[in-house]
Amino acid sequence: MKHATAAAKFVANDERSHWHDKALWFIRSKRDRMAHSVPEWELLRDTAAAVKAHTMTHLAELLEQFEENATKLGATVHWAKDAAEHNEIVHKLLREHDVKKLVKSKSMLTEECHLNPFLEKHGIEVTDTDLGEWLVQLRKEPPSHIVMPAIHIKKEEVGELFHRVLGTKEGASDPPYLAEAARTALRQKFMEADAGLTGVNFAIAETGGIVVCTNEGNADLGVSLPKLHIASMGIEKMIPKAEHLGVFLRLLARSATGQPITTYSSHFHGPRPDGELHIILVDNGRSNLLASEDFHRSLNCIRCGACMNTCPVYRRTGGHSYGTTVPGPIGSILAPSRDAEKHSTLPYACSLCGSCSDVCPVKIDLHSQLLTWRREIASLGYVSLDKSVPMKLASAVFRRPWLYRLAGRVARNVVPRMPRFMLYNPLNVWGRKRELPEFPRESFQQAYARRKQTSGKGE
Amino acid sequence: MSSRDTVLKAIRKSQREATPLPTMDQNWLTFDDPVEQFTTVLESVGGKCLQVSSRSEINDRLAEFPQFESANVRASTIEGLGLPTVSLDVIDDPHNVENVDFAVLAGEFVVAENGAVWVTDETLKHRVLHFITQHLALVVPSKNIVNNMHEAYNRLSFDGRRFGTFISGPSKTADIEQSLVIGAHGPRSHVVFLVDDDS
Repeated sequence: MKHATAAAKFVANDERSHWHDKALWFIRSKRDRMAHSVPEWELLRDTAAAVKAHTMTHLAELLEQFEENATKLGATVHWAKDAAEHNEIVHKLLREHDVKKLVKSKSMLTEECHLNPFLEKHGIEVTDTDLGEWLVQLRKEPPSHIVMPAIHIKKEEVGELFHRVLGTKEGASDPPYLAEAARTALRQKFMEADAGLTGVNFAIAETGGIVVCTNEGNADLGVSLPKLHIASMGIEKMIPKAEHLGVFLRLLARSATGQPITTYSSHFHGPRPDGELHIILVDNGRSNLLASEDFHRSLNCIRCGACMNTCPVYRRTGGHSYGTTVPGPIGSILAPSRDAEKHSTLPYACSLCGSCSDVCPVKIDLHSQLLTWRREIASLGYVSLDKSVPMKLASAVFRRPWLYRLAGRVARNVVPRMPRFMLYNPLNVWGRKRELPEFPRESFQQAYARRKQTSGKGE
Repeated sequence: MSSRDTVLKAIRKSQREATPLPTMDQNWLTFDDPVEQFTTVLESVGGKCLQVSSRSEINDRLAEFPQFESANVRASTIEGLGLPTVSLDVIDDPHNVENVDFAVLAGEFVVAENGAVWVTDETLKHRVLHFITQHLALVVPSKNIVNNMHEAYNRLSFDGRRFGTFISGPSKTADIEQSLVIGAHGPRSHVVFLVDDDS
């Protein structure tokens, strides 16, 4: 579906669209306060960008180094070239350990791989334990944000959902009451789980360790009770050394939610003494992206979500209008890399204001890449007729000065006299939400010539 | 070809010019009074910091917390502290610490810039206790404080099997309409004792 079509549904509810906008701007403001409280913020961003740039030019060696060190610590490293292979590996591990119930902490990678429906098909009960992620799981919908998966849901809706699922009081919408009900229900899930699966925020080549960040403590609970810990990670999560975490952990939570650090930043080096740790390294299109001269920098993303929180289009249209696992500016770069035709409208869901690039903690040039994608999509022929025909017409006019002058004259004289229904006809997509400016009586050339004449007389 | 080789080969296909690693040796943020900074930040994230002159003060200070007084099950890894009601050593299955109401555990050092305490499972059989207890107190020598995360990683070495985590305040969520709720899955309260004379 086109982004604009999906977005139209969301913005049709004006009150909700504004409520969503305000909620995200609130987080953006918290991010600003945090960023401004760190005097070396720009140095941190430069350093993070440089570490990531180095990592991406040494990725194969770093992955090999990571594998070697993680294995030494007693972890088992698996490689998956695509989503299907990742899901098979997880399922095989669960089968071998006779796992019936799995608790997961938030992992955008498993969303990308559609792991939940795959495992459920095989009779495994999967519970997403991040509260926001659990909410969207219960509502049978995808997350609408990578850090705050349920940012689009109102507390009254959570109340209704919990009343139905957990038997909380009807009409209750008090967040502490609802969160307490979730705590009780999910603790049961933690206690019953046969295995825990987490994502990975950072993997350290030098030490073979992985780092997982949460505020709720759900990742740690999920993998500290059962004996089996599966960690799924995209190959781009690699960093060379532990000391680089100093930079990334200072940036991540401040950029994401305006916190000085997440409540828990857990470093797993090998399995628990009596447990098993399996780390799955997933490519699923990442090596293709790495090869792209134009878009490889989008792999540097640390998934903080700051670009979404600041994006005027994301804030008003909601994450679901993008129709991708990762929405917002970074998602609009990543998704067309997988399927340019299917996601051809996403690079246009952007005003090119550049705010995303300004807040990105690893300095990805998001808005430039979005513009580059537009060029790419045009050359692939995926631009819709309502955009390509007017562009072709404009090009024809601009290439012929006589036609340009004629068109200008006609427009100045005819358009102001045209009745509204003719101007704002169904073909005029541009005019659906916009008003034409008032037309000047003379062209710039005419005005310039007249001005020269009058000033010439004065001399 | 194995998936491993396929992936590595695909990565090696893109030959971009290598860029150097930047230095981590910079003039990073420091504080005139790191303890004060730590205390302020920890409070801002829902925790509490109490500075005490010696360990012997801690039990008295704990008694001031209603959640400590009303705790039915208490656990501690520090001798003489926290009036434990269970002995952690005899528990084999981590699931069996689920009923702990108040845990007093050791932290290695604290970070002034973000209120975090570095804890490990070195002296703790069940690392889950950090996350499963209803209330948590961490005890750290007050001299073990660093300004920022760079100093923190300079202190750490990861050479061997180990679990370690930075904990900054109690467990929390803002997933319901961005309202902050303390006590998401883990501890509902979090207090850090900085001990001046830790002998």
